[in-house]
Amino acid sequence: MADVQSNEQDSGKGGKHKKARAKKQSTHIDMTPMVDLAFLLLTFFMLTTTFGKPKTMEINMPVKPDNPETQQKVNNAMTILLSGDDKIYWYFGELKPETQLTATNYSNDGLRKLLLEKNNYAFEKISQLREQAVKNNMPDTTLKRMEVDVKGEKKALMVLVKADDKAKYKNVVDVLDELNITMVGKYAIVDLGQQEFDLINNFKATP
Amino acid sequence: MPKVKMPKKSPSLDMTPMVDLAFLLVTFFMLTTQFRPDEPVIIDSPSSISEKILPEKVMVVSIDKGNRIFFNLEGKEIRKAMLQQMGDKYSVKFDDNDLKRFSVMTTFGMSVQELKQYLPMGEEERKAFMKKSQGVPYDSLNNQLGDWIRFGRLADAQLNPTTDREKQMRFAIKGDSQANYTAVKRVIEIFQEMKVNRFNLITALEDNPNQ
Repeated sequence: MADVQSNEQDSGKGGKHKKARAKKQSTHIDMTPMVDLAFLLLTFFMLTTTFGKPKTMEINMPVKPDNPETQQKVNNAMTILLSGDDKIYWYFGELKPETQLTATNYSNDGLRKLLLEKNNYAFEKISQLREQAVKNNMPDTTLKRMEVDVKGEKKALMVLVKADDKAKYKNVVDVLDELNITMVGKYAIVDLGQQEFDLINNFKATP
Repeated sequence: MPKVKMPKKSPSLDMTPMVDLAFLLVTFFMLTTQFRPDEPVIIDSPSSISEKILPEKVMVVSIDKGNRIFFNLEGKEIRKAMLQQMGDKYSVKFDDNDLKRFSVMTTFGMSVQELKQYLPMGEEERKAFMKKSQGVPYDSLNNQLGDWIRFGRLADAQLNPTTDREKQMRFAIKGDSQANYTAVKRVIEIFQEMKVNRFNLITALEDNPNQ
């Protein structure tokens, strides 16, 4: 008790002084560090959320026919054969005994140039359509539908993708991607036949 | 002429509204973000120009570079129902504890028999187990992947019946760039045996040269 008393007496003057000062203190606090932190967190969460969802590529496989013997007639079709070590071979039209393979690669001058050449008709037509769409303010959905129509026309290229047992998954995705870039609308992933398998082996064997 | 007196203004301004807004946004992003779940395997997907975003409700079959198969389907109740049916078929008994642990897991890759041992493990043990795991069996003699797909779809159909095509479950294949195409082909075949013909291939984004 005595302690407390003496304390009060000691700080009699000082206490009053302090009180007066406390009243003068403004209510504002420096919020800068807090704001810094808040914005730091904000940027962090904003950046991490946008990169969250992975992208996907949609493919539709044909429904398995009940009798797989029926051969499809191919018109204006190109067959791309994929093999190990990032090798691609292709031939145009139907597979005949005298069919010769041609090798190409995944670069811009290889497969892409080839596909653009073969699919020139559809590619040009779609490019024109897109230009017109910008000029005429055509709605996106109409443009999409017209593009699909062009890709489905008889003159447009049809591509069959066949991969052998040494091909990597990346090769298949790369080819599908190239097909999308070059506006090939009709493509299918098909099993490799024995004849084609032999063709690839022969091609590899002959330097 | 009297001198124009500039009012003395302090350089500090009232930041309260800005701070309010900043914190509102912080809270919003904190609550909406979903952190990427800890995946047991690293899969380096190939890139494509496709900008389609992966749908919400999706069954993911992953193929790593050693051609091992991993399976994932989100949703606690669906996972429980799926595991129960799997256990019944392969006569492996899963108790309530196992079901609970399985429902909070993400991707897994092992046979049902191994899964029973895997579930009670701790973090470190699981990691070691995953390294030597063979993945979900998917050959024609022991096609457990096909059963996971079937029971996953069944469980989903029972728990959330819907006729809306947009809300139906989608199927994604997440392959590593270096995975063999034959493994991917086999997975596609298994899907097709279940009358699934529409897939999403998960890819990383790449620039479109046409734009």
